[in-house]
Amino acid sequence: MLKYYKTICLIAITSFIFGSALCRAEYDYINISDPFLRKIPIAIPLLKVVSGTQIEESVAENASDLLSETLEFTGYFKILDRSAFLIEPQSDTIAANINFRNWTYVGAELLITSSILIKDDLLEMEFRLYDTFKEQLLTGKRYKGWINNQRKMVRRFCSEIIYYLTGNRGIFESKIAFVSTGSGNKEIYTCEFDGYNPMRLTNNKSINLFPAWSSDAKWIAYTSYAKGNPDLYIKHLKEKRGAVVARKGINITPAWAPGKFELAATLSFSGDQEIYLLTGTGKIIKRLTNKWGIDVSPTWSPDGKKIAFVSNRSGTPQIYIKDLDSGLVKRLTFQGQYNTQPGWSPRDDRIVYCSGENGHFNIYTIGIDGKNLVQLTDNEGNNESPSWSLDGSLIAFSSTRDGPSRIYITTAYGADQRRLLVLPGEQTNPKWSP
Amino acid sequence: MQKKLWINLALLLVIPGLLFIVSCGKKVIKSEPSIIQTPEDEKAIQAKEAAEKARKEAIARQQARAIEEERLVEERQLNRERAAKREIMAARQRFENEDINFEFDSSRLLPVAREILKKKAKWLRNNPMVTVIIEGHCDERGTNEYNLALGDRRANSAKSFLINLGIAELRLTTISYGEERPLDPGHNKQAWRKNRRVHFVIK
Repeated sequence: MLKYYKTICLIAITSFIFGSALCRAEYDYINISDPFLRKIPIAIPLLKVVSGTQIEESVAENASDLLSETLEFTGYFKILDRSAFLIEPQSDTIAANINFRNWTYVGAELLITSSILIKDDLLEMEFRLYDTFKEQLLTGKRYKGWINNQRKMVRRFCSEIIYYLTGNRGIFESKIAFVSTGSGNKEIYTCEFDGYNPMRLTNNKSINLFPAWSSDAKWIAYTSYAKGNPDLYIKHLKEKRGAVVARKGINITPAWAPGKFELAATLSFSGDQEIYLLTGTGKIIKRLTNKWGIDVSPTWSPDGKKIAFVSNRSGTPQIYIKDLDSGLVKRLTFQGQYNTQPGWSPRDDRIVYCSGENGHFNIYTIGIDGKNLVQLTDNEGNNESPSWSLDGSLIAFSSTRDGPSRIYITTAYGADQRRLLVLPGEQTNPKWSP
Repeated sequence: MQKKLWINLALLLVIPGLLFIVSCGKKVIKSEPSIIQTPEDEKAIQAKEAAEKARKEAIARQQARAIEEERLVEERQLNRERAAKREIMAARQRFENEDINFEFDSSRLLPVAREILKKKAKWLRNNPMVTVIIEGHCDERGTNEYNLALGDRRANSAKSFLINLGIAELRLTTISYGEERPLDPGHNKQAWRKNRRVHFVIK
């Protein structure tokens, strides 16, 4: 109840936009479809403390670091070293007083000034984003809430920045579901987009696999051996609601239809592994594939009119696209003998997948038209289970490059590959939430 | 006076005589049995006793032999039964432990696998009350979604083969573990060969 109240409080007080930047930039600072993306140098001085108490200073430092880390995570920015700044970091925060040449001189093209005020348990933070060359305020926001909401406030402003610069909301409210063996069994966990706050979702000491988020991120479907057989569980994340698809054979690889309470999944009760369309309550609506052999791992186009999936109808596992209206099926991948785990980009331009060749598994992306194949990982261990971030800018995947399987993040073009989180056991099957 | 002398004389003779008799008395009593038995008697008795003993011993030996023989017969019987049981257990264990293996990314039954499955079908026919779980497994290479489907196909291949050999479908259930339960945790060709398998479990 208290938590609920806090959230309301934060939402109620935050949205105070100021400055001239009520509308979005006329041009994109960041061209998200540019594979040779140049990182924008950005200066993020420490938050200015208003009353100067010790707690204010420590929160200010945490918030400044979080702001830097969160923006760096996107892969769009080069965060400039604070020690190289020419001026007393907290001296000028108001546009009129900013000597922009101090900032352009150290190479900054963007500048974030900010201030913090703590009164009792209430926290007030103000952020402003400037273009240092145009000497112009781009966007600014003031947030009020409880002290422990600082993470949320910083995230919200990062979200504003990304929205201003790219035109979409970014990933900062998203989560990542994954499988971890930390407890000795494969259980499903979730964490925030940056690996923060991992939490265990299942606790049945069996094998749990293939988490999949519904479009509203309120539901998760996954496969579990909780009752012995690989059954499909459909679960509401907050309420005790859900369904189980426990047909004979396998019930695996769920994928929610965009914007609907429906999902595609592979069932083999007929004796053959086929992809079916199911209601959110687990009832079969119709069969989506009809070919002898393995058909698994469906992924939806953003408009919900097509699915890409894996089939071995040609003899080896390859990725196919089916137009659900016309029923036409077309093979997408021709290079390599083992192409699986397709993921349709939220930008509707490419499909990410895992390809195995000569015992090495790597992440590739390919155009929907089958052209322009790009390899994102380069034989560093096995790289599997790629999953797009909701804005299509990043890809989460699992890799054994450091020994045990861990979850890594890369930009859509293979740059800035880094480990997402440190947890005991092995982590696999990451799935980014909408 | 003379009379008194005779009496004294007589006493003189009688008293030591008496004393002699008394001192000999015990000896006489003691030697009484030897007086009854003659050496001939003793021999006869001994012979009789010996014969009796021999007879008893013979009987005892006979009985012991009979018991031993009975025991041996029982033991042989038991051994036969044990061996039979062992054989049944061994056959049962063979049934469970003998996996059939596959090629990479394939659910096709190899000739060796077919032979093993024929033996399994024979065993299943001889044990009509038994129902089994057919587990499909894969090696770690490849991705776990596809491998779960591949394991399902491997289990189904084995099941169909057994059904074609006349085993009732009701007695056979399948489950796929994909690459989730390797038999050999190694990351090499040998381990992979072992892990690409269908395993049978008696319910």
